[in-house]
Amino acid sequence: MRITQGTFSYLPDLTDEEIAAQVAYALGKGWPCSIEFTDDPHPRNSYWEMWGLPMFDLADPAGVLYELNECRRAYPDHYIRLNAYDAGYGRQTTALSFIVQRPAEEPGFRLDREETSDRRVRFRLHPYALDRPQGDRHR
Amino acid sequence: MSERPGFGMRPSGNGSVPAVAEPLPGPAAEAVETPAPLPPGARIDLGRERADSRIDEVLDALDTELVGLHPVKTRIREIAALLLVDRARARFGIDSRRPNLHMCFTGGPGTGKTTVATRLAELLHRLGHIRQGHLVAVTRDDLVGQYVGHTAPKTKEVLKRAMGGVLFIDEAYYLYRAENERDYGQEAIEILLQVMENRRDDLVVVLAGYKDRMDAFFSSNPGMSSRIAHHIDFPDYEPGELEEIGRLMMSRDGYRLAPETEPVFRDYLERRRARPRFANARSVRNAIERARLRHAERLMARGGEVTREDLITLHPEDFQHSRVFAH
Repeated sequence: MRITQGTFSYLPDLTDEEIAAQVAYALGKGWPCSIEFTDDPHPRNSYWEMWGLPMFDLADPAGVLYELNECRRAYPDHYIRLNAYDAGYGRQTTALSFIVQRPAEEPGFRLDREETSDRRVRFRLHPYALDRPQGDRHR
Repeated sequence: MSERPGFGMRPSGNGSVPAVAEPLPGPAAEAVETPAPLPPGARIDLGRERADSRIDEVLDALDTELVGLHPVKTRIREIAALLLVDRARARFGIDSRRPNLHMCFTGGPGTGKTTVATRLAELLHRLGHIRQGHLVAVTRDDLVGQYVGHTAPKTKEVLKRAMGGVLFIDEAYYLYRAENERDYGQEAIEILLQVMENRRDDLVVVLAGYKDRMDAFFSSNPGMSSRIAHHIDFPDYEPGELEEIGRLMMSRDGYRLAPETEPVFRDYLERRRARPRFANARSVRNAIERARLRHAERLMARGGEVTREDLITLHPEDFQHSRVFAH
């Protein structure tokens, strides 16, 4: 099951040229970009691992693409996303965030039914990927 | 707070903020529109190409704002011509490798190496060789780390910042310290070499430094020397050129020399030039700064009323009190 998170997630995966164009847009707005990766696709997993520090003071997308390719090489079967942070007063938040790599196989989720006190029923989302140890989830 | 700033995602009050998520016409879109190669019989007007690229503004600025430096200007013109012709060739579909434009500027202090590098970045940008046209000026401190494992990320950081522009490494010979074989400078040089070779499309590296020390640096790093196509030497300025530079600087600051000051200024430059640690244009600038100080002091000491003429005219005594005239 293809997970959809962040901007552009209902579009076909972006090509490197399209990613570069989006990065150029972010840099043009003065938003520093950063790269994050994870192999836990749960939608509430919002804190992904950082690939290095956010890249400040860049003028050209080539630098971001370089780091992205380094990250892809190190984690070929992880999710990787690219964030652009708007530090502008009144916003000060992630302005653009989109997935730039996903594993070849995305096993999807299952819904666990859990019975709690007073016959109440709770449901829990469980990614099948989490059945395997970290680092070994999308092989 | 008068108005809450609008988020980019939806139009704010006046509706002027563009949608963020809109796919942009970027390199991908342009690549699709690349026109088919011209037929072999077609003709291209180089004069128009030249006008379209607006390189003449930069070249003319180089000519008028920088005095002398003829070998440098010639080389820059040659490079501009090469890139322009390469563009015309590409229109015919003739495939040529991207030219290697890494450069080494050698010359004494104050001969305009940094200034030329800034102009060069602008020129290469207009000719489409680099994408952004910014100049990142660094020295050893910005590239070399202080402990094991610190150098590579630091150098890469700088390289990433310079991508799409020109990386100007001032006093590049400090990168290599012959007396300490475990110096981290070597690591920075290796990364630099790799990037200069593999990512020629992304940035142009300019090394700068004094001639003799750069020669020593290259002899101990032959790989570096062979990866640099253009070794440009900045000659020291002649007395006449120094005088012209001084005049240019003064007119920019809104000063001028009184007629009787001119021989004094010329004499001052002659003497200053003969003294040790003469730094060409930089020394001229300092001389003018000091003359401004003395000029201001002279006016204050005299008191009373001043005219516009008094305020802009430098007199002989403004220069004559310099240490240079002491003996």
